[in-house]
Amino acid sequence: MTDREFVREVPPDPGNGRVIAPELAFNMATGLRIGVFMVVAIVTAALVSFAWTPYDVEAIDIPGKLLAPSLTHPFGTDHFGRDVLSMIMVGARNSLAVALVAVGIGAGIGVPLGLLAAARKGLVSESVMRMNDLIFAFPSLLMAVMITAVYGPGAINAIIAIGIFNIPVFARVTRGAALSLWAREYILAARVAGKGPFLISVQHILPNLRGLLIVQAAIQFALGVVAEAGLSYVGLGAQPPLPSWGRMLSEAQTMIGFAPWLAIFPGLAIMMLVFGFGLIGDGLNDHLDPRIRRGR
Amino acid sequence: MTLLDIKALSVSINEVPVLDSVSMELKAGEILGLAGESGSGKTMTALAIAGLLPVRAEMSGQVILDGVHLPNADEREYCGIRGRDIGIVFQEPMTALNPVMTIGDQVAETVRVHRKVSRHEARLLARETLEKVGLPSSRFPLDRYPHNLSGGQRQRVAIAIAIALKPKLLIADEPTTALDVTTQAEILALFRKLVCDDGVGLVLVTHDLAVIAETADRVAVMKAGSIVEQGAVAKIFKASKVPYIRKLMENAVHVPERTSRKIGDTPVLETCNIVREYAGARTFFGPVKALRAVDDVSFRIFPNETVGLVGESGCGKSTLLRTILGLDQAQSGEVRVFGQVFPPRRNKELRQLRQRIQVVFQDPFGTFDPRWRVEQLVTENFHLFDSPLTRGDARKRVDETLERVGLNSSDAKRYPHEFSGGQRQRIAIARALITEPAIIALDEAVSALDVSIRAQILDLLAELSDRLGMSYLFVTHDLSVARSITDRILVMKDGRIVEQGRTADVFDNPSHPYTAELLGAVPDLNRALSGSVAGST
Repeated sequence: MTDREFVREVPPDPGNGRVIAPELAFNMATGLRIGVFMVVAIVTAALVSFAWTPYDVEAIDIPGKLLAPSLTHPFGTDHFGRDVLSMIMVGARNSLAVALVAVGIGAGIGVPLGLLAAARKGLVSESVMRMNDLIFAFPSLLMAVMITAVYGPGAINAIIAIGIFNIPVFARVTRGAALSLWAREYILAARVAGKGPFLISVQHILPNLRGLLIVQAAIQFALGVVAEAGLSYVGLGAQPPLPSWGRMLSEAQTMIGFAPWLAIFPGLAIMMLVFGFGLIGDGLNDHLDPRIRRGR
Repeated sequence: MTLLDIKALSVSINEVPVLDSVSMELKAGEILGLAGESGSGKTMTALAIAGLLPVRAEMSGQVILDGVHLPNADEREYCGIRGRDIGIVFQEPMTALNPVMTIGDQVAETVRVHRKVSRHEARLLARETLEKVGLPSSRFPLDRYPHNLSGGQRQRVAIAIAIALKPKLLIADEPTTALDVTTQAEILALFRKLVCDDGVGLVLVTHDLAVIAETADRVAVMKAGSIVEQGAVAKIFKASKVPYIRKLMENAVHVPERTSRKIGDTPVLETCNIVREYAGARTFFGPVKALRAVDDVSFRIFPNETVGLVGESGCGKSTLLRTILGLDQAQSGEVRVFGQVFPPRRNKELRQLRQRIQVVFQDPFGTFDPRWRVEQLVTENFHLFDSPLTRGDARKRVDETLERVGLNSSDAKRYPHEFSGGQRQRIAIARALITEPAIIALDEAVSALDVSIRAQILDLLAELSDRLGMSYLFVTHDLSVARSITDRILVMKDGRIVEQGRTADVFDNPSHPYTAELLGAVPDLNRALSGSVAGST
């Protein structure tokens, strides 16, 4: 009576027919692995810095200033004789924290707004999306500069400034994808089961957006790192004596001719983090795509 | 003479064999039907002939077209052959055409790719071809865009593209599956005419045996990548000894057995003068014209009764169904479930009534949240209960329901993608069944299934209704399905119910001309085999 012999039939859904060549799949997985390795390396450095750094980052040692990289100071020292490796380790905390919280703010506010806009047609949806457009209309980094200039520089204000501009990104991505999910038959089935827009959004829409949102978060994380570096480069991020990558870069600028390591290592750190998150985002995008995963 | 000669064609993808030494021949001016269930390799055979196999497919054997060995998967040479010597028509007319190109340009494109002709000459040829497929220049100038055309007209354009260069061989993969029956009849007639006039060979791939019986000269029946039997249509369909083919034939005209039921006399579901309008396109001057999708529809369904709602796509049956289920608000008129207005205002009453009216949707692949397990899916309707069931009760009920629809209780822990199309439809029925409804609306619930699985699902539905005393509202465009299972039938056209009555009466004696037209267009296996309409040539 059951039709079990047909279990292995290929579903006629054209979306399922997408097949990835093994060599490509390998490259994606490799990219993901490299990305995870880079990010983990920096996160580890940040965590270790709480317990131990090679040198005290606030200790000034004028006789030992501007030392080139050596065994005692692997990344060299700056014009106050501070150890660059230690500063990069401590600075990683700041970069990661700012990016993390900013993405948290963006996703925490943007995703519910996006779900709301998708669930409610008409006025609610329109007003949410027009507010998004309003925020989008301002150049984000410039606005961040303005916010920190008005409310004073510091890590907290940088976080808020960057976070606000993540909101519309998440809201828009969420709404777009949620709208297409709302047209699915299983949403109709849920409505027949008497579920309202809230329950459907939480139980059906959100879980099916998970992959997409994780990928978006990885991308925004990378952008957040760059934005934080940019803000502290112009002196509006974390304040001295707390080290930050962006300020290290700006201080290195004048000495780049005779102490290039001062610019190279913070630059490499920023690049590693951004590149790492970019690779993770791309890799996860393919890994979490249900069309590729499903039916395997 | 032999036009197409396929010898021992085998194809494997990722070392999984999909075609196993398929051999067949086709003469010029002949229609070869390629039949079989989904996954039997019929589309793969068509793609292999056209050199359109997926990149990683391994192919062996020979394909000889008009004495020329087709290159084994050499894309460059194939490009010269496709379009010129082989024309291809696919299933979905909505996506086969480029929406931003005019129909004339699309036909002319094929011509200019293969022949060194001027733009003007190409357009002349395009015009001529479009005339040939029944799109006269007076109503279908070359600068029409695909969105202005109906599904059947688009399929005609697709055919025009395929035959513009007078190919020797035409391959049509389920060319009428997405079309309404009346359109299907027209397109099939067009194919017959083209084959007859130009002497092309046609490979017609379809799962519908009745279409083959009415159209093809010869048929090859496929199962699991190989040909079970091939020969003249009449011979195979009437006298085949192969059990698989006999089974397919029986399933195609399957009528589920029903025990005698007593049909009650207080209606379970009642609709009174339902009207549902959509805001139409805004005209430049004047008011917005409303589009009346459902126009003054009234009917009743009684306990234990199976009622069919048939009509072509766009006739408003889906809108009507959504209105009945309370997913869409009617402009006027009302729906009553057990005499109560539905949907009621009070939430508690709504939930109670929703337990009694449930639904099974068409698409067995889209009807479940892919991230939910069967147990969660089936129990989603428990949300309608006033107090949640205890874990043990819920578990017991899931097991019972799954067994009722022919699944195992161990299936509860699996995900929907692990099941076949037929099994998924069983899960969908289980989901509807679990609140013990009095009426289930079935929206094209068996349309996407193979004939054998369709027969099983129809049997299951008949058995469930007989055992549990449920009513069905069977919404379908497939009249043979409607005939096999319904007691009473409603025929819908342009938002109105034009005819209703006992199924046998309506089928034997249609009173409305539209019903007669609809019935005449349905390919009928028995009628075709009795010789009255047998294939042309």
